[in-house]
Amino acid sequence: MAVLSTPKSAVQLASKGRPLKEHLFRIALLASLAIALVFLAMLIVYVVQEGWPRLDATLWENQPSIRRPETAGIQSGIFGTLWIIGLTALMALPTGILAAIYLEEYADKSKWYNRLIELNISNLAAVPSIVYGILGLGIIARWMQFGFTIMTGAITVSLLVLPIVIISAREAIRAVPPSIREGSLALGATQWQTIYRQVLPASVPGIATGSILALSRAIGEAAPFLMLGAATLVRFNPEGVWSSFSVLPIQIYSFITRPQAEFSVLAAAAIVILLAILLLMNSVAIWLRNRYQKRW
Amino acid sequence: MSAQHLKTASGASRSLARSRPRYGEVLVKAVLMLAALVSVATTVGIVFALLEPTIEFFGEVSLGEFFGSTTWGPLFNPPAFGVWPIIVATLEITLIAIVVAVPLGLAAAIYLSEYATPRVRKIFKPVLEVLAGVPTVVFGFFALTFVTPLLRDVFPFLELEAKNGLGAGLLVGVMIIPIVASLSEDSMAAVPNGLREGSYALGASKMLTSVRVVVPAAFSGIVAAIILAISRAAGETMIVAIAGGFKSVFTLYPGDEMSTMAAFIAQAGSGDASVGSIAYKTIFAVGSLLFIMTFAMNYVSARMVQKYREVYD
Repeated sequence: MAVLSTPKSAVQLASKGRPLKEHLFRIALLASLAIALVFLAMLIVYVVQEGWPRLDATLWENQPSIRRPETAGIQSGIFGTLWIIGLTALMALPTGILAAIYLEEYADKSKWYNRLIELNISNLAAVPSIVYGILGLGIIARWMQFGFTIMTGAITVSLLVLPIVIISAREAIRAVPPSIREGSLALGATQWQTIYRQVLPASVPGIATGSILALSRAIGEAAPFLMLGAATLVRFNPEGVWSSFSVLPIQIYSFITRPQAEFSVLAAAAIVILLAILLLMNSVAIWLRNRYQKRW
Repeated sequence: MSAQHLKTASGASRSLARSRPRYGEVLVKAVLMLAALVSVATTVGIVFALLEPTIEFFGEVSLGEFFGSTTWGPLFNPPAFGVWPIIVATLEITLIAIVVAVPLGLAAAIYLSEYATPRVRKIFKPVLEVLAGVPTVVFGFFALTFVTPLLRDVFPFLELEAKNGLGAGLLVGVMIIPIVASLSEDSMAAVPNGLREGSYALGASKMLTSVRVVVPAAFSGIVAAIILAISRAAGETMIVAIAGGFKSVFTLYPGDEMSTMAAFIAQAGSGDASVGSIAYKTIFAVGSLLFIMTFAMNYVSARMVQKYREVYD
């Protein structure tokens, strides 16, 4: 009888004395996680419910309007966001990935300047986004005289997400075991050949996941754009990088700040679009990670 | 075979070091380093953007007035520059956020690291990631149109204003839960199993092991996570701008409308303060203060991780 029963683990033996307290603790922990889950569900249900009356084609076919909130759309915001994200991807991703390669593969950690770069990046990752807005306003828009254009917005957001790209790309590169590098070097490849032909291909899934998450951060960002003149209701789609612009989160913000109830509905509908884009990007990132992540 | 190779290698009387510098490799390294230096340039840019207007600001407004009075209204006529109302509002909202996020985030981290089966982790980790990815304007909208009205209905005696510090603070708290949870979980996962097994062997339960062994062993990482979360909360803009309001009257009661430092920057920056005006310079002065505060916290957090990290092998 005793032989047939499954062997008890140390945990089960130990928790025998006070099962109630143990259970309560476990339930409390689980409840904390459940609160986050329930909150997220409530938020999504709420905005879909609120925005439902406006979730139709007029939302993305029409331009925003102050006078006619019941038919106003968000087209200029969608196009503005697409422009900003496209340019941010072109600027922040290559720079961030190259910087990550430098820090992981080349940088000598005993040199003070390399340690400075590392400390600097971890600090920048936590600088409030509104401060990046000040950087964009003071340096890029005014001092470099780029004005309140798509270019200014894209550079500002690129600098904002750069630390995130670097940190996640570094983790992906670090996950490639040294034996791969040593094997390549032993076969006579140079260091850059090793990185380009062995390390980078092996870390692409991780880098892609981090890049998507960084870009989705850029899509949801509103604070820096407030400083960059994107706050007004722009009624036309941007025509180039030197065009003035608005982005989706900023349009949502300007809808929220208006008193009419129709604008609140419009804001909720626009939020549904924004969340749908972000959820899609998040799912792709999570899928990529689960599907292609190698265990060495 | 290997002996033969060795012989030819030594027989060729060439050193194994490369015979000529590989210029391509040097170039690559230079380009990569340049990319890494962009981040340093960013910091320098931020400091420069802040420095000049801040110095000009303090040429017109004395430090004594800035830190010595409690009336804030740089956009009013006549303007007032006592910064304490927005500092106090920032601290209040940050405190509320921390009260929400630390217990929930820490509990979530303990559960994910110590209790959850791989399958449960696979469900909950993405939930936290999605929560971390929700744009702050969305939280702001939710705070203003759902949470605050709900609080006003359920607790009418609190006399909450339509925009208030409590609703904003609660949502800032939810926003930073994923930061506390994921960073704390990372440092708990780094605690070696030997410590847990040792604790079980001494007769400790799972709860005792989690609370008395794993959490203390991961303490520096947890503190770093909390400091980072505080700095995020203090710098959060959109939630407080939407749900906290822009009224900057000195108040300690979180039910009142209040403007934080970040919200003030957003308000003044999105308005049309003309370049060179005192209102324009105030943006940068408050920005400097916010930057210094968050930078100091980030630095402490980074040092905590570096210095007090227990290294297990």
